[in-house]
Amino acid sequence: MAVATPISVTALIRLGKLRPDRVAVEVNGLIVPRAQRDTRQLNDGDSVEIVSFVQGG
Amino acid sequence: MMHTDNDGGPSITRIAGAATMDDIRTALIERHSLPVQRLLDNARVAIAGLGGLGSTVAVALARIGVGHLHLIDRDVVDMSNLNRQQYFLKDLGSPKTRALRDNLAMINPYLDVRIATVTVTDDNVTGLFADDDIICEAFDVPENKTMLVNAVLERLPHKKLVCASGMAGFGSSNTISTRRVGDNLYLCGDGRTEPSPGAGLMAPRVGIVACHEANMITRLIMQDKEA
Repeated sequence: MAVATPISVTALIRLGKLRPDRVAVEVNGLIVPRAQRDTRQLNDGDSVEIVSFVQGG
Repeated sequence: MMHTDNDGGPSITRIAGAATMDDIRTALIERHSLPVQRLLDNARVAIAGLGGLGSTVAVALARIGVGHLHLIDRDVVDMSNLNRQQYFLKDLGSPKTRALRDNLAMINPYLDVRIATVTVTDDNVTGLFADDDIICEAFDVPENKTMLVNAVLERLPHKKLVCASGMAGFGSSNTISTRRVGDNLYLCGDGRTEPSPGAGLMAPRVGIVACHEANMITRLIMQDKEA
């Protein structure tokens, strides 16, 4: 998905209509700590992986 | 030898009957080869959550002789668990940690199985998993899955982490996969199917995802990092 940058991780989660307590976000292969989601800005060329979890186990 | 946290665990003599450690190991080496078995002997795997995923992962790893297992869960066995989890009627009301440890001992009583009957939180992740090389996320509640994955990636980034999402119902088996989604992070499941009326969590499909996790863990033990 292409998005306008820069954008914070928190804003990206909201844009994707995802629940913050059900995702882990990696940028360029490294986790974005939950405490840094508001401040961490994503730029052009960043590779973002959002892993989301549903119930079941 | 079997390590236990508090109650001594099952008597090896009673459970093993005539089977010695050497008898079991010889049979495992015959199946797996000595070099493979040595890697399995030395592996240290934690399983967080002992439901349909975790109990099935534990049975698979115990059968191939993974040497060090760390079983973590806070719940007791309930009748509604028996549709997919590796417990028996005799286990109802027992903590899952103890019941599973005792059931694994009926397969191989000579493994080092440690148990922790605790709730996993952000605050205890570092200490809890200090001695484990590979962590299996096997929780049921999505917020718990997410907390564990974030906490491990933030605090213990060098541990290998195998997690799961999407396994309810009886949809096609072929939508389930294992993906490497980070340097040390693997995700098993179909990624989307949560329980719904008439399509709950059932042994076959949950078991497929559990064995995806178990096989990824086995691949990691064998030093293969690709999904």
